[in-house]
Amino acid sequence: MGAYLLRRLALTVPVLIGVATLVFSLIHLVPGDPAQAMLGEGAAPADVAALRTRLGLDRPLYVQYGTFVAGLARGDLGTSFRTNTPVARMIAERMPATAELAVAAMIMALGLAIPLGIVAAVRKGSWIDHGAMTLALVGISVPNFWLGPLLAILFAVEWNLLPVSGRGTPLHLVLPAVTLGAALAAILARMTRASLLEELRELYVVAARARGASRWRAVLRHAFRNSLIPVVTIAGLQFGSLLTGAIITETIFAWPGVGRLLIQSISFRDYPAVQGCILLIAVTYVFVNLATDLVYGLLDPRIRYD
Amino acid sequence: MTRVGAMIVALAVSMAVLSPILAPYDPASQVLSLRLAGPMLDHPFGLDELGRDILSRILAGARISLLVGLAVVSVSATAGSLLGATAGYVGGRLDTLICRIIDILMAFPGILLAIALVAVLGPSLFNVVLALSAIGWVGYARLVRGQVLRAREFEFVQAARALGAGTWRVLLTHLLPATLPTLMVQSTLGMAGAILAEASLSFLGLGVQPPTPSWGTMLNGGRAHLLDAPHLTVFPGLAIALLVLGFNFLGDGLRDRVDPRRGMGGRA
Repeated sequence: MGAYLLRRLALTVPVLIGVATLVFSLIHLVPGDPAQAMLGEGAAPADVAALRTRLGLDRPLYVQYGTFVAGLARGDLGTSFRTNTPVARMIAERMPATAELAVAAMIMALGLAIPLGIVAAVRKGSWIDHGAMTLALVGISVPNFWLGPLLAILFAVEWNLLPVSGRGTPLHLVLPAVTLGAALAAILARMTRASLLEELRELYVVAARARGASRWRAVLRHAFRNSLIPVVTIAGLQFGSLLTGAIITETIFAWPGVGRLLIQSISFRDYPAVQGCILLIAVTYVFVNLATDLVYGLLDPRIRYD
Repeated sequence: MTRVGAMIVALAVSMAVLSPILAPYDPASQVLSLRLAGPMLDHPFGLDELGRDILSRILAGARISLLVGLAVVSVSATAGSLLGATAGYVGGRLDTLICRIIDILMAFPGILLAIALVAVLGPSLFNVVLALSAIGWVGYARLVRGQVLRAREFEFVQAARALGAGTWRVLLTHLLPATLPTLMVQSTLGMAGAILAEASLSFLGLGVQPPTPSWGTMLNGGRAHLLDAPHLTVFPGLAIALLVLGFNFLGDGLRDRVDPRRGMGGRA
């Protein structure tokens, strides 16, 4: 296991360097002068020059890159051009809200998807199976930026059951979590069904039934546990889509997370904050993928020896 | 389900092509006295916040969505297939380089990198296609590379090499055609993803800019009127969901035909 862990960590390092380099180069893709773009066309030349100096854009590219990487090593993501506060602090203030939303969405998705997938697999070919998988396909196809406002119209506007925006009580979490987790629930339901069907073909399940186990006992005590391995893996890998989906969900429900900060920073052309948010989300995704790979290695010993 | 998907897609394409004829009004024409009015006989989907007919704008928006989807899938599939096939066939340092680039790009979840690219390049239809293509080729490259790695040891490839075929001839004439069925499936599903991604970017204000009708922009405009004009949200969203569903049904059906094992399963 130790060798597997070291191997995976070693593969992660060049990816992280590449991610940081790509994020660094973003600001240099801005057409024209990034400092001019941030301040607007009517900005005084002296102000533009001062901002260029403050952001280090007047230095050679390799010096800018070295400063950027050294800053990352210290946890310094630069200073927001809009609020003049460290980007790292702005992000740290909003991370708990995004984490809360992502975890709630994941719990909701797993709680819905696993029972649905099990029932669909056990009743393969029946109307329950077709209905569940059609529902899952609809769930994948319905965009969260439509589902969110629809849920808001129903539950907040029409029935006045839930708040439509902000964060504060558990009730504020319901609509955003359902909006964010719906597509993930659909993907996981399909995955659970497919994985369980693979396991149900195995001889050990037939053997369990031959020994007198009931159908549900054979499914839940034997096949289901083994079928969870790919489901857990997919759930971990799909965490990234939760992070991206959170950008849209937080915008819809005015949820004060990192995603909303990113969109606000883009509208103000606050490129240091945009870089910081993009980098944080990408690095989080890389480490979640790493953790998922390691958990997969723990669950399935065959993987460690690849 | 495949047939349902094909019908939905065919209907959407017909509507997009014939939208100048089918649309009852000019998508840009305004009737300010009827702004935010709900569905009625003359305007079956109602009017938006600027008094524009929503049905006409949805028909015009179908063109944008399908054009963006087609452009992104075409560029991504072509570039991704060529790079993936080259990496898989040539191997060595070229394969390592392409795989590392793929790993770095795949470290950015979903459309995050596309959001970042459009944020710095500026919102426009061209930049949306550019940004989505810049991340879209990766999936095709991985898929084709895997297929080529298997296929390059097949006898027909070795026979072609023995007969003197060069690398490009083997790639273009023998290996890439063998990957076409899988590419077709991926491209169909890729259309759904591209349409959804463009609508997402437009919803965030980073995609197609007004007054060009885009379903995502229409949904964004509807957010401010959830209380008084929910129809601004319902109809554009329904259009997106139906079209994406159609492509997903079609892609799923094609995938089942290409890989028959996916249709089989066991019983407890």
